[in-house]
Amino acid sequence: MSEFSPAAGTETNDFSNVGRTRWWRRGFFASQTAYVAAALIAIMIVMSFLSSAFLSSGNLANVAKNFSFVGIVTLGVTLVIVTGGIDLSVGSTMALSAITCAIVMQALSGTVFDGIPLAGMIVSLGAGLGVALLIGLANGFLIARVGLSPFVTTLGMLSIVRGLAYAVTEGRGQAPTGPDVDMFYNITDGNLAGIPVAVIYLLVLAAIMGVVLHHTAFGRHVFALGGNEKAAALTGIAVERVKIAVYVLSALSAGFAGILMVGWLGSAPANLATGYELTIIAAAVIGGANLNGGIGGPAGAVIGALLIEVIRNGLVLAGINAYWQIVLVGGIIILAVLVDRLRTLRMTS
Amino acid sequence: MSLLVLQDVGKEFGAIRALSHVNLTIKPGEVVGLMGDNGAGKSTLVKIIAGNFPPSHGRILFEDREVHFTKPVDARSVGIEVVYQDLALADNLTAAANVFLGREMRRKVGPFSFLDHAAMNRRTAELFRELKSETRPDDVVRAMSGGQRQAVAIARTRLAKAKLILMDEPTAAISVRQVAEVLDLIRRLKDAGIAVILISHRMPDVFAVCERVIVMRRGTKVADKPIDQSSPEEVTALITGAKEAA
Repeated sequence: MSEFSPAAGTETNDFSNVGRTRWWRRGFFASQTAYVAAALIAIMIVMSFLSSAFLSSGNLANVAKNFSFVGIVTLGVTLVIVTGGIDLSVGSTMALSAITCAIVMQALSGTVFDGIPLAGMIVSLGAGLGVALLIGLANGFLIARVGLSPFVTTLGMLSIVRGLAYAVTEGRGQAPTGPDVDMFYNITDGNLAGIPVAVIYLLVLAAIMGVVLHHTAFGRHVFALGGNEKAAALTGIAVERVKIAVYVLSALSAGFAGILMVGWLGSAPANLATGYELTIIAAAVIGGANLNGGIGGPAGAVIGALLIEVIRNGLVLAGINAYWQIVLVGGIIILAVLVDRLRTLRMTS
Repeated sequence: MSLLVLQDVGKEFGAIRALSHVNLTIKPGEVVGLMGDNGAGKSTLVKIIAGNFPPSHGRILFEDREVHFTKPVDARSVGIEVVYQDLALADNLTAAANVFLGREMRRKVGPFSFLDHAAMNRRTAELFRELKSETRPDDVVRAMSGGQRQAVAIARTRLAKAKLILMDEPTAAISVRQVAEVLDLIRRLKDAGIAVILISHRMPDVFAVCERVIVMRRGTKVADKPIDQSSPEEVTALITGAKEAA
């Protein structure tokens, strides 16, 4: 700018004085996500040698579908974690959205909606996602506006929403019915060019999230909130709005995945996705999201969710008792953060 | 013309009188040291100027117009910026991201608007060059030295075309070389015609860069004189109360 006259002395744009870390020690290559991705590839190679069934198309499709549900919600929860929050209510939200979608579809079949193509399905999808939206708004309002702790708020919501799922259905599973039901199964459980649609949804959503996080002002504010919330507020960022938005997006991702699961299962049981919140948070953390906020992204969410599913699948193929899977996932969570910790220690020392 | 004038400004918090009858004038491009012990009313004064809360009584004039600030954004909109002691930076973001935080440059692509990374990096590099700081726009703040962090925080205020910058203890807890860097930054701001109020406990810093020193004690202004007519000994005496007023 012109108001600064360049004072006498050397121009300081050669940076001879300031060192720069090598390219492989910064950015994506130095992130936990990259390490876990490398580990994932190694595990998959080992597994393909150990079990001929691992790379069969049937098994791969199964793995892909299973991890997509968790992966989609992990995307949403990763957003919350990046702001420094946590969302424990996603498992319950998956169930209530799924149940609402199925019940609304049942209720609309046989009414005037049958006459309009796809109307019944669109309204029931809207109802399912609408419930998720309300849950997200409630979480966001209580956390951002009222100032309650994210852990306690979403823990309460976990219980409230799960209870509602049981109360509404009286414990009975709800199957989608009506004239659009074939279409419903196509868009939730179908295949596109041989790939399960759930995988395609996951990858598209991950790509969108990547662009939003790194190339829009909203994404930048999400990171700023996790890095230094006070600073974000001082610069005039609408902290409350951003916070409410991430809880809403998290709940919507859960609602969407819940509805996809109805298509997969053919029914929405009240205990759908019970305990998934922990798998989802584990996937986010394994993928490199930092629970202190400020770090995380869609690649990590996808890789973390895939790693958990590949290990589960591998243990099944190897004929190992399924309970060991739970032990192993716990071990991997700790190992992933431990490796990251050792790496940062080495870099700072 | 005066940049900032406070007339008979006071502030009470319930029964506690934090500030009483403060008059002061800041001219454009002036570097003024604001000194005083803890609880002397420095931060109350700074918070009133920065718009954190309004004074209980008295008037504030900025560029000869009366202003009423109720929140920091009000003060910022007329050209008053604050560099906070903890710098208010997001460690996980790059220098450029911090400089432009909350006022990102965007590019419209159809109905969407995306961050213009190249333009923000370019502008940030310009600001660092002006400040003669060896800081890269795309480096992450976490890995930066104290002096570089100061440069980022000051570059923020330059971006906003500030006319008055309040700096709260910018040299506390940084190394000797970094203190020199920060004092250089303050001189650069003065060269550019920006007024600076330097809140500091460090006598050498104030005497190195300020033209005038204001001393607060127990909520009142006890001294306001050109730096070359005072001495560190006198200022110390004023701060502690060994000398009543000057």
